[in-house]
Amino acid sequence: MGKRFLMKGNEALAEAAIHAGCKYFFGYPITPQNEIPEYMSKKLPEIGGVYLQAESEVAAVNMIFGAAGTGKRVMTSSSSPGISLMSEGISYIAGAELPCVLMNVMRGGPGLGGILPSQSDYFQATRGGGHGDYRLLVLAPSTVQEAVDLTMLAFDLAEKYRNPVMVLADGFMGQMMEAVEFKETRSEGLPDPAEWAVGYMKQRGSRALIKSLYLDPEELEAHNWKLQAKYAQMAQHEKRFEGYLMDDAEILIAAYGTVARIARTAINELRGEGVKVGLFRPITLFPFPYEPLENLPASVRQILTVEMSCGQMVEDVRLAVGKERPVSMYGRVGGMTPSVDEIKDQVRKALGR
Amino acid sequence: MKETKIFEKPKSMIDVTTHYCPGCTHGIAHRLIAEVIDELQIQEKTVAVAPVGCSVFLYNYINVDSYEAAHGRAPAVASACKRLLPDSVVFSYQGDGDLASIGMAEIVHAANRGEKITVIFINNAIYGMTGGQMAPTTLVGQKATTCPLGRDPKLAGYPIRMCEMLATLQAPAYITRVSVAKPKYTIKAKEALTKAFQTQIEGKGFSFVEILSTCPTNWGMRPVDATNWLEEHMMPEFPLGVFKTPE
Repeated sequence: MGKRFLMKGNEALAEAAIHAGCKYFFGYPITPQNEIPEYMSKKLPEIGGVYLQAESEVAAVNMIFGAAGTGKRVMTSSSSPGISLMSEGISYIAGAELPCVLMNVMRGGPGLGGILPSQSDYFQATRGGGHGDYRLLVLAPSTVQEAVDLTMLAFDLAEKYRNPVMVLADGFMGQMMEAVEFKETRSEGLPDPAEWAVGYMKQRGSRALIKSLYLDPEELEAHNWKLQAKYAQMAQHEKRFEGYLMDDAEILIAAYGTVARIARTAINELRGEGVKVGLFRPITLFPFPYEPLENLPASVRQILTVEMSCGQMVEDVRLAVGKERPVSMYGRVGGMTPSVDEIKDQVRKALGR
Repeated sequence: MKETKIFEKPKSMIDVTTHYCPGCTHGIAHRLIAEVIDELQIQEKTVAVAPVGCSVFLYNYINVDSYEAAHGRAPAVASACKRLLPDSVVFSYQGDGDLASIGMAEIVHAANRGEKITVIFINNAIYGMTGGQMAPTTLVGQKATTCPLGRDPKLAGYPIRMCEMLATLQAPAYITRVSVAKPKYTIKAKEALTKAFQTQIEGKGFSFVEILSTCPTNWGMRPVDATNWLEEHMMPEFPLGVFKTPE
């Protein structure tokens, strides 16, 4: 094992990005992710990078558009209301097929909502948020170490697919401290930005054009189908999930992020009582790992989805499970968190015990 | 008699017919920019940021690395590009709706940060692409499709003077207002564009060139009448001149 550091989640996310080779950050302050820009504002100038505090999230995401167009590794971070403001720009980035990493340290909504942890941006992250038929690749870490690992992976995936990748964390993960290790990894065979980015006109012998406008409907339709083919490739190659004690489970808890961690504790305690309960934890929210839920072990009779939302991921769970097994949902929102005891009670209730 | 070619298309211009209306001055502004890029020999390191509006297709006419920005956000796109590629020459080209309305925050803050970019601001006092709606620079009393009786300052305020406003900031290096309505102005417009690009190349800071332009189609005038209208009505409201110059 390499050297481990005790770090606050937000700072670990920032350091992970630097380890992944990201030297350029553009953002706007918003709670509960402020440690990310603060960390970047200190570290990036030391390594010859750029930290720039934008005048708004709207400007920040368009700076990301400009920076990503150079083919270098760039990122921004924000929290729920800020991501709403960025959504127009994210649509442009997806339309122009630019690679970048977006971090959303989710807080409660709607509107100004609150500043405590939430998972109520699942729809926004996985279904768009901006206009048009586009998808983000969405990674949902459950621990600070996993947040570090997925952040580093996010830059590779962004370049591989020339697509924005969102790391969807929540306020807990941003604010908690854990020991983390930074593993040096870099995928091989990533595309060379010199083929498409600005700044290579002399080398390439032709100019680059970063755009998303196609006034000819046939061209725009073709562009859309090209994007869809890319999303299908993501669905084929990038689905990730973790199953815990699924094989003999009578009831399965579906949860992601921080809630999956709480559920794991509940599962361990229930197993101690002889309750056969397991965990299905999606790590990629788009593409969503439907297959494990479509091919559940025969022992599984029902699924309980637990979220810090009023019921968002549960829609994907239902899509996968169909009508063969009942799917129920337990949610706490607004910064309230499902406790271990609450989850245990919900499992017992579902089993009629 | 031996023929000598004394006038040709700038090398940085793509040899196509533009989509602009007859009498529109975008073509003149485009050509001046291309001439300056050629003369400064910076084609391969120039990056253009096109706006939303009639000139969104800037990149169809000027052959340099280009972005197509979201409405009003060109200065943010240009700022980041320039920060990551400090040796490049980055300019945005924006209309009055793009720059002075929806993009007001981006232009003010890019100017205030002293971004080493060049912003070319086409002010024709109206929304062109969407069909002649009132712009932030529409003159008092000027008719537009969304102020059919003429701009009423009690309802819609007064035209915004961008050069004067940006000149109150400390960071910008070069701010000037020119026109391309008639040849005598066009010659000076080219000098201003050259100076603006040189300001950037020499690392002196933010440069801003406002170009008073005509929109005969949406003004409902013949091209020649439009140039006269610009002189008679726009120039008193938007006086030509240099508002800031590099030390």
